[in-house]
Amino acid sequence: MSDKTVNYADISKNGLWTNNPALVQLLGLCPLLAVTGSVVNALGLGLATLLVLLGSNISVSLIRHAVSDAVRLPAFVMIIASFTTATELLMQAFTYELYQILGIFIPLIVTNCTILGRADAFASKNGVLASTVDAIMMGLGFLIVLLLLGAARELLGSGTLFAGMDLLLGPLAADWEISVFGQEYPGLLVALLPPGAFIVTGFLIAAKNAVDHYQQEKAKAKQAPKTTGSRRVRTTGHIS
Amino acid sequence: MSFLRASSPHAHGRVDTQSVMRTVILGTLPGLAALTYFFGIGSLINITLALIFCLGAEAAILKLRKRPLGFYLRDYSAAVTAVLLGLALPPYCPWWVVMVASLSAIVLAKQLYGGMGYNPFNPAMVGYVVVLISFPLQMSQWPTPLPLAEQLPSVGAALQQVFSSEGLDAYTSATALDIVKQNNSQLMNQVYADNALLREGALAGAGWEWVNLGFLMGGLYLLYKKVFTWHAPLSMLAALSLCALLGYDSGSSQSGGSLALHLFSGATMLGAFFIITDPVSSTVSTRGRIIFGAAIGVLVYIIRVLGNYPDAVAFAVLLMNFAAPFIDYYTVPRSYGHDKARRATEKQEP
Repeated sequence: MSDKTVNYADISKNGLWTNNPALVQLLGLCPLLAVTGSVVNALGLGLATLLVLLGSNISVSLIRHAVSDAVRLPAFVMIIASFTTATELLMQAFTYELYQILGIFIPLIVTNCTILGRADAFASKNGVLASTVDAIMMGLGFLIVLLLLGAARELLGSGTLFAGMDLLLGPLAADWEISVFGQEYPGLLVALLPPGAFIVTGFLIAAKNAVDHYQQEKAKAKQAPKTTGSRRVRTTGHIS
Repeated sequence: MSFLRASSPHAHGRVDTQSVMRTVILGTLPGLAALTYFFGIGSLINITLALIFCLGAEAAILKLRKRPLGFYLRDYSAAVTAVLLGLALPPYCPWWVVMVASLSAIVLAKQLYGGMGYNPFNPAMVGYVVVLISFPLQMSQWPTPLPLAEQLPSVGAALQQVFSSEGLDAYTSATALDIVKQNNSQLMNQVYADNALLREGALAGAGWEWVNLGFLMGGLYLLYKKVFTWHAPLSMLAALSLCALLGYDSGSSQSGGSLALHLFSGATMLGAFFIITDPVSSTVSTRGRIIFGAAIGVLVYIIRVLGNYPDAVAFAVLLMNFAAPFIDYYTVPRSYGHDKARRATEKQEP
């Protein structure tokens, strides 16, 4: 199966744009909406998800001939759960404060449909290299949406960007915080609450669709044959 | 000889959106007059700002959606939203509160769903709730009404407060519902004796009762003009009254305040006659309207007494807007003659 020619550009475009897990498939909405109150939370959870996705896709691809169809889902879930636990322990060891902030949403990566979906739909049918690329691209697509959402909500909700990045990136990032609207910004609290997450996600999806629509229109305009004047069907003799 | 053929109805009531909306704006005038008399020109400033932002946002989005500007702006629906929003927001709140509320109302709640006639939620209430949960501090600062305040803020002071948030802190006080909520587990007599706002009022707090009476008057005018039917407002007020009667033990403030307090303070009358009668986001059938109104009345009472917020009309209305299509589904009125026919066939079967 793996000797089929694999188009890596297609896989990449699929994960990052056309089939983006967050904006098109609308998978993994629970962490997407719950923890994207700030950039650092979004980055932390996005990286954790990427890591688990990468590990599970590679493992599933490796064992795809050894696992029978009947038990494939339990097997995949076991693999994903192992990687999630490993990631959780890693975060507990190295970024303890962020681990506490993200709380239940780290173990909940197990239930993220994106990961199980990619394992079943892609990794169990494709070679290791293709699965790796797919995992990275899908994970990045998810991560980018998380980051955009986190940035938008942090900006609207508390008027800052990159606050508390040292929780994830160490003391080097301690003074990255930018106060965009100044200290007096009252903060649009609703953006930090669940309704804000839904509203901002809706706007992101709308923006993506608008870009798609624009490109389609452009492609259509290019494709359409250039006809000048009208063509008419001649029925009798000739018109002079 | 030719006959003019036209199908019924042959007699038209000349009612269009524009004239209905104008009547609604006219109906808010008594309440607005009371607000202005007791609290000063804050509500007028609110309404002016809300009109500017709402109409501006409506025009901008209509332009984006390539819809005819004049046609939709002339139907006054955005203006009604602006007026209701301006009445609901606390007087002298900062201009950006009005801006965020207006933009949320028009852009999020109305135009994103398809504009006039397509919004599942009442736009004014969505705008109000967005700022209520976003800016709790600014939204809880109601000015002191006239008999208690020595004088109302001058125009200059009012404008300064709205545009630079300075100087009017001395004028603000708790509302009647705030007081009852905050003085939980005290004797009601004590609460009334301690708080001039409640002591001075005959029904439900100085100033507030007149504002609510104003909206009641305006609402009755609209009822007389047949802008809406009596079902929803009456059932809301009846349900709220019933809850208040059942809940209040006329002794402790834990039991949620008297019937008069619930009927004539906060946004009760504004809600009953101007918000829940919105033809777009409420139910359609007569039975549906009764259920819709009653549920809002019960929810208002529950949220006021048990919830975190002192007033609840906006939340209750939004919750029931969710439920309106569901209620409509189960309260479809029978078309002429249908029910009887079914009964006749059912009788034949054993």
